[in-house]
Amino acid sequence: MRAPDMLLSWLIWLPIAAGALVLLLGERRIAFGRWMALAASLATLALCVPLWYAFDVTTPALQFPEREPWIGALNAWYHLGVDGISMPLIVLTAFTTPLVIVAAWTTIENRPAQYFAAFLVMEGLMIGVFSAGDALLFYVFWEAMLIPMFLIIGIWGGARRVYATIKFFLYTFLGSVLMLVALIWLYLEGGSYAIADMQHMPIGMTAQVLIFLAFFAAFAVKVPMWPVHTWLPDAHVEAPTGGSVILAAIMLKMGGYGFLRFSLPVTPDASRELDWLLITLSLIAIAYIGLVALAQRDMKKLIAYSSIAHMGFVTLGAFVAYDIYQTTGSVSGAAMGLDGAMVQMISHGLVSGALFLCVGVLYDRLHTREITAYGGVVNTMPVFAFFAVLFAMANVGLPGTSGFVGEFLVIVASFKANFWYAFVAALMLILGAAYTLWLVKRVIWGDVGNDGVASLKDLNAREFIVLAVLAFAVLLIGVWPAPLLDVMRPTIELLVQQLMISKL
Amino acid sequence: MAFADICLVIVLAPLIAAVVSGFGGRLIGRTAAHLLCIAGVTVSFAGSGWVLQQMLNGAPVFNEGVYTWGISDGLHMEVGFLIDKLSALMMTVVTFVSLAVHVYTIGYMRDDPGYQRFFAYISLFTFAMLMLVMSNNFLQLFFGWEAVGLVSYLLIGFWYKRPTAIFANLKAFVVNRIGDFGFIVGIAVIVAYMGSLDYAEVFARIPQAIGHDLYLTPGEPSKVITVICVALFLGAMGKSAQVPLHVWLPDSMEGPTPISALIHAATMVTAGIYMVARMSPLFQMSPDALHFIIVIGATTALFMGLLGLVNNDIKRVIAYSTLSQLGYMTVALGAGAYGAGMFHLMTHAFFKALLFLAAGSVIIAMHHEQDMRRMGGLRRYMPVTYWTALIGSLALIGFPGLSGFFSKDIIIEAVRLSDTEGSGYAYWCVLLGVFVTALYSFRLVFMTFHGRERMDEHTREHLHESPWVVTLPLVALAIPSIAIGWLTVGPVLFGDFFAGSIAQAPDGPIAQLGREFHGPGAFVLHALRSPALWLALGGIVAAWYLYLKRPELPGRIATRFASLHRLLVNKYYFDWFNENVVASGVRNFGAGLWKRGDEAAIDGFLVNGTARAIGALSLVVRRVQSGYLYHYAFAMIIGLSLLLGWLLLRS
Amino acid sequence: MIGLAHYLMLAGVLFAIAVAGVFINRKNVIVLLMCIELMLLAVNFNFVAFSRFLGNLDGQVFVFFILTVAAAEAAIGLAILVVLFRQRRSINVEELDTMKG
Repeated sequence: MRAPDMLLSWLIWLPIAAGALVLLLGERRIAFGRWMALAASLATLALCVPLWYAFDVTTPALQFPEREPWIGALNAWYHLGVDGISMPLIVLTAFTTPLVIVAAWTTIENRPAQYFAAFLVMEGLMIGVFSAGDALLFYVFWEAMLIPMFLIIGIWGGARRVYATIKFFLYTFLGSVLMLVALIWLYLEGGSYAIADMQHMPIGMTAQVLIFLAFFAAFAVKVPMWPVHTWLPDAHVEAPTGGSVILAAIMLKMGGYGFLRFSLPVTPDASRELDWLLITLSLIAIAYIGLVALAQRDMKKLIAYSSIAHMGFVTLGAFVAYDIYQTTGSVSGAAMGLDGAMVQMISHGLVSGALFLCVGVLYDRLHTREITAYGGVVNTMPVFAFFAVLFAMANVGLPGTSGFVGEFLVIVASFKANFWYAFVAALMLILGAAYTLWLVKRVIWGDVGNDGVASLKDLNAREFIVLAVLAFAVLLIGVWPAPLLDVMRPTIELLVQQLMISKL
Repeated sequence: MAFADICLVIVLAPLIAAVVSGFGGRLIGRTAAHLLCIAGVTVSFAGSGWVLQQMLNGAPVFNEGVYTWGISDGLHMEVGFLIDKLSALMMTVVTFVSLAVHVYTIGYMRDDPGYQRFFAYISLFTFAMLMLVMSNNFLQLFFGWEAVGLVSYLLIGFWYKRPTAIFANLKAFVVNRIGDFGFIVGIAVIVAYMGSLDYAEVFARIPQAIGHDLYLTPGEPSKVITVICVALFLGAMGKSAQVPLHVWLPDSMEGPTPISALIHAATMVTAGIYMVARMSPLFQMSPDALHFIIVIGATTALFMGLLGLVNNDIKRVIAYSTLSQLGYMTVALGAGAYGAGMFHLMTHAFFKALLFLAAGSVIIAMHHEQDMRRMGGLRRYMPVTYWTALIGSLALIGFPGLSGFFSKDIIIEAVRLSDTEGSGYAYWCVLLGVFVTALYSFRLVFMTFHGRERMDEHTREHLHESPWVVTLPLVALAIPSIAIGWLTVGPVLFGDFFAGSIAQAPDGPIAQLGREFHGPGAFVLHALRSPALWLALGGIVAAWYLYLKRPELPGRIATRFASLHRLLVNKYYFDWFNENVVASGVRNFGAGLWKRGDEAAIDGFLVNGTARAIGALSLVVRRVQSGYLYHYAFAMIIGLSLLLGWLLLRS
Repeated sequence: MIGLAHYLMLAGVLFAIAVAGVFINRKNVIVLLMCIELMLLAVNFNFVAFSRFLGNLDGQVFVFFILTVAAAEAAIGLAILVVLFRQRRSINVEELDTMKG
């Protein structure tokens, strides 16, 4: 299959242009704007078909490249291209956005056109982050993406939305400017903003450590890793459903993507020196956050904490490679950890997105997220209960759902490094089951809890479609992750090589 | 059809039935749903029977992948089938019991609004269990392992309006997850040291792993094989409900009785036993692991049986009996007599399913009353149920000639002959367990079917035998409960049936027993001289004396040994400990981390603390901003002059 | 003979007067505006003087620019003043302290 020319530019600018158009149409022509938003997001998704099928799974090179001069004075290029790490994430982005738009179809009453426009623009920007081959371009997309999300939480959010947005913005911005400093340093030293050049240039140890820490500040906040995670529960709780979905499904992946794209290949020696930090924080995230999730009383907060714990697997899988090499003397297993990290990102995107949508379904009806306000939802919403239990099981990491694949690979890989890594990571099996199913028990099972629950209506067709599509994806990856793993393999193998070659 | 296709059909038939009746239950209606599910399981049963037949006729072991699940870092993860005599036997047992339970369900769940859902679940369970049994690799084993756990979760909570049911299903899942935690760690060790998930490859690479040590703590090497085996057995402890992970099984009786028979007695809970037997080449290499297994098994066998003596809920008594019998199987595994464990698994599947279904029949007749203190004298009203329950109980206690007799006696003998460390302790446990088994079994029979009729008038008037869909499975299960031991003990256990699938030491207990074995008849005669039989008879007599002859006596004994009685009634305080120490401890710890760690330390001190510090600083700095234009202009000019002055003076 | 120094001194004095006006005046915003104009004029003086002294027209061209900007500034400043007066019925500098931190 031959891909259309400038495929990546289309993927980025089509949704942004559509977003601008929806904005111009205004609130009065929202009926049309809504359909246009959906059509644009579906068209973007359709563009992912050639992206997936024309993607060459035998090479780690950047594919569908585009390279135009951008800022000549800075030697910055409008350089796009995807490899096995970014491509699945782009597909995930394009897959999630239509669902978010459908989910918000009529539930957003305040300025819907602006809401849809924000999501479309954000989709384009997020795809831009994943496809940028130039660090400055990457940085521009990276920061620009904050704006729509800032607006989404700030305008359509809950009661404490101002606190949450400011916290969200300051947290992520603080990290990103440090990353900018690192990028500028790399440019000044190497004379190029091309990420590939940064990956190849030799850097001294002190500089590497400083760059690594700067990157770490940006990406650890985004992932988010303990202890810089506290913006996430607040942002999730206050964000509207769609915002939470995009936040959990895609934005958090930016952090993981950054680690794989920048930290590991640009500063491999610093990563080797400081991998204990990442691994420790990941394990703390898994165990500590798992326990914290158990204590939550707000559904969204619980899922947000669960997200942090799951993202711990991503960082663990990404950084366990050095310990594997140290323990076993071979890199066998390193790629498995990275595979696991990638699959975990994709899977978590689907599962946590779906869980937030489930909470959204309930919130739209009863306007509360308190767990105690529910109970026995299965009696009045059996179809919803089916989906909720399915996604809960995926969150628990049941084999046959996508949630299992990444966790399994990471646990198996981390064992090669150290028994206790695998031990703590596997605790997730217990903690995850405990907090997720306890939530299910309190919300879904039981006799009808109160009049509110008694008045609930089951899913409408629109909600059903959204959840059914997600359920299909979750099960598909769970039953047959091979295509996903195949797409990533050459890139991951290259990454493992890059990790092991010292740049001193 | 090729062999592989038949295997696929066996697995997929129940899955398709489950999906159709689960999603389209309302469309196709009740009759179509149960016909479809029964048809699916019948296909599976027929296929399994055919496969077993093929295996008995000497068909080669079938070991092929169906599709590649994924490849990561050179590790091939496949979905595939391994069909040998061991799995063929297990498949047949599973599908047979499942079929019986399907038919039985028509009667038992007749009035339930969740009729189609229930059928979908039990068909789904059959699928999952078959995936587990037929797997040729650890990944799929783990899939089946967790999938049966999921269905068990759904079925325990089938009556989701009951608070106790949804508590029990959460508990079951989480406790099982503790076992699965071990299981997945075990798989990780296997991948690390053997580099494969495929059974055959792993077994072939055992010699590679044998020499290796694993340093769990610095300076203290553990043998890799032992770590693998203990970790895998931890999984088995969860699924097969061994002390201390047994706590979920009695509570799982909150589920409808058919699934208690199918899942929590005959099939799912024996998955752990099956898994260990399947992994016998691994376990055989680790005496330390076997030591661990035999102690756990023996403890479960005796002490869980004791709990059956004080419980009054008919289903829970049988549940404790199941725990105890699972302990027997585990003891057999620990003794290195894997074949004996599997053999007991098979016979137990029949008679324990029978007992549960009989109990279910009683429960229907009693209008969902489960307390044995309000039963009695039912044999007059329910002859078929009575006789089948009696057969089941006799088989359970090991009455000579019945199926349980052979399997249990061989386990006891095997433990006596075993050289596993701890087999002395295990021997006394299983021997005393025989007496306990007989006592609680006949306590159940006497309290339910004999003696004074203690139910209320209304219930008594409506007592009658259950419909044929209920009694037919009872009869169908009673036949193998009587005969399967006599028929198969020779060929299955002492023949070469398990050769190639189970690794037993050539001079291990089974081999020694095999040399002395001269047919089932001789075995029965031989057993007349063994202590086990007399203990069993003693148990029956004791039960008769305590519960029929002098029914006031048990209460007096209870008050006489009050502390012991309290210990038993409180189930050795396991539940108390789990709820008040473990569960609430973890919850409070989590809440503490949240409030103290996240909210106070990170958010309160670091995040908002930074904000407060900046706020305090700006409180000082804001004084400069007087708001008067001329102040600003003044500042500007001062600044300008300073700047100019500096520029001038610098040069 | 009036030389460059005289012009510069005059410009300096004008500038000083303007600065003093900004400081001393605490009442009227219009006076403030006028003082700013005066400062600009002082600078213009310097430009023209240096232009003449160096024989380079650039300085005078600059003056035109500054004059234009000053005119525009005065216009905008007065416009703001008018609006301010309408809002607050006062252009007393002492009362205009909404920028107070």
